[in-house]
Amino acid sequence: MSNAPETTSTERVSTADLAQHDGSVAGASLPSGQRRRIAWSGPLEIAILAGPATVFFVAFVILPVVMAAYYGFYRWNGYGPPTNFVGLQNYMVILQDPAFLQALSHNAFILVASLVLQGPAAILLALLLNRRMRGQSVIRVLIFVPYVISEVVVGTGWSLMLQNNGALNGWLRNLGLGDLAHDWLADPSVAIWTLMAILTWKYIGFAVILFLAGLQGIPEELYEAAALDGASYWQIQRRITLPLLGPTLRIWAFLSVIGALQLFDLVYIIWGQYVSSTAGTSTMASYMVTNGRNAGNYGYGNAVAVVIFIISLVVALVYQRFVLRRDTAGALTERKAR
Amino acid sequence: MTAPTVARRPRRTEHQSLPWGSPVVYFVALIVIALMLAPIAYIILGGFRTNAQITTDPAGLPDPWNVGNYLTVIGGGIFWRQVLNSTIVGAVTTLGAVGLGLMASYVLARYQFRGRGALYSLFAAGLMFPITVAITPLYIVVRNLGLMNSLAGVILPQIAFALPTTIIILVPFLRAIPDEIQESAFIDGCSRLGFFFRMVLRLSLPGVITTGILVFIGSWNSYLLPLFILNKEAAFTLPLGVQAFSSQYSTDTAQVLAFTSLSMIPALVFFSLFERRIVGGLTGAVKG
Repeated sequence: MSNAPETTSTERVSTADLAQHDGSVAGASLPSGQRRRIAWSGPLEIAILAGPATVFFVAFVILPVVMAAYYGFYRWNGYGPPTNFVGLQNYMVILQDPAFLQALSHNAFILVASLVLQGPAAILLALLLNRRMRGQSVIRVLIFVPYVISEVVVGTGWSLMLQNNGALNGWLRNLGLGDLAHDWLADPSVAIWTLMAILTWKYIGFAVILFLAGLQGIPEELYEAAALDGASYWQIQRRITLPLLGPTLRIWAFLSVIGALQLFDLVYIIWGQYVSSTAGTSTMASYMVTNGRNAGNYGYGNAVAVVIFIISLVVALVYQRFVLRRDTAGALTERKAR
Repeated sequence: MTAPTVARRPRRTEHQSLPWGSPVVYFVALIVIALMLAPIAYIILGGFRTNAQITTDPAGLPDPWNVGNYLTVIGGGIFWRQVLNSTIVGAVTTLGAVGLGLMASYVLARYQFRGRGALYSLFAAGLMFPITVAITPLYIVVRNLGLMNSLAGVILPQIAFALPTTIIILVPFLRAIPDEIQESAFIDGCSRLGFFFRMVLRLSLPGVITTGILVFIGSWNSYLLPLFILNKEAAFTLPLGVQAFSSQYSTDTAQVLAFTSLSMIPALVFFSLFERRIVGGLTGAVKG
């Protein structure tokens, strides 16, 4: 501690020396010249630093979305320039196709079920793991492990485990619970719940880590004060933790909603490869790949992409307008103030 | 309702040493961990069994243990070529996304210019649209660039799609660099560009490592883009390889499990090495 002021003062001396030295070399006009250089080299620096990222982003993220809107008006097999303009016909077909509407309803189910099932479970787990106790860091790591494993590995492992003659049914029979055995993947009445279980297993660790991060931002004094006032554990969680966890919860819910609307990998891996029928688990994205690329109908696939895009955009805007407004409003004004 | 309060209240104020939690907490934690790890254990242990063992008792343990499946996979060339492909794609994607993302984040965090808010919003909007929406036209863009079946065809779009996360995490880190450091560097004759190359990288290293790991793991695990771009087995990355292997040898369950468990090792190792960084980075991102 006693060293700190000393070092800063010597630094200041040395920088002052340097400035003086510079000044004597470059002459008296230096300050204005320096200012001018910064002024017009600014845009150039900005272009050099931000340019490449912006170009990449526009070329591979923005441009494809624009192209999708264009190709969506054509009947096109993907080769040569599209010539067969069909107007809104692709969109009419999509919106009247029972298979698409089913896929959409599956997305909606997954969206709601993710929020309702994963949210509370993750909050409880985060509360549990936020308490000071031995082994908490190990537990935190282990809960996050499934999130790090690729969807293909998850899909392959779970498919083999949940087959009719797979390990889960084997365990159930060994435990004398053979009546509970199901064809978890192929039976349409349970398949979507199986998918929910796998999704929860894979992604709940992310929610827990986010919530733990949010919990650590809540000042300890609030808890101490509430405890002194005689508040019970659950009162404290409801009146202090949940409100202050609000921003984190809203960001998680947003990511979860977007993820649910665009779900593809696990569905396509499990029900595209290991189970012959989709068994009532198709999503908009798996519909897009099946009926677009796999059918060689790229115009149609692009139109489906546009529909997914518009649905996601509307949901995102509505969410930001009504739910995230408080959080982002604060962030934006803070950014402007700087 | 009141019992846990009584038990917990003194613990909150104890800062010095970590106490043991209540047995109930450990019990719940144990069940959760068992649920999280059981499928992974199933994959790894299944690789040590034979197909005969798996058929007779799908839920059993290896008896006797059999390393033949793992040795076959390790001894074959396919696996290692896919590891190499995944490593190249992961490394170049990470370097590209973190490099470009750091440069753009520096501008967004420390320069004043018109359109800065719009640029930030543009990148932030990318968070809303994972690769799913863009994949069909993206495939056509990559094909028009002549990059089908080449690793570059996966790497370039992946860099672009990793930029939003990278920038959202890095901007708060760069904004947190004290102005005094920057000012004294300028007084010492350092240009803003020079400051970026000499100081920023070092000062934002925690954030850079966090984003780097997230991007690498994302790339290592990515499935949809390689599925569209890479159709030739020589160019397959591991996820495609696992899928191809498991459909090719669909009757050889034990072998598939061995291949699958070997393919997840690198991501697991990476994660366990840098777990604190990942969690720390997410914390920063949420607060920022």
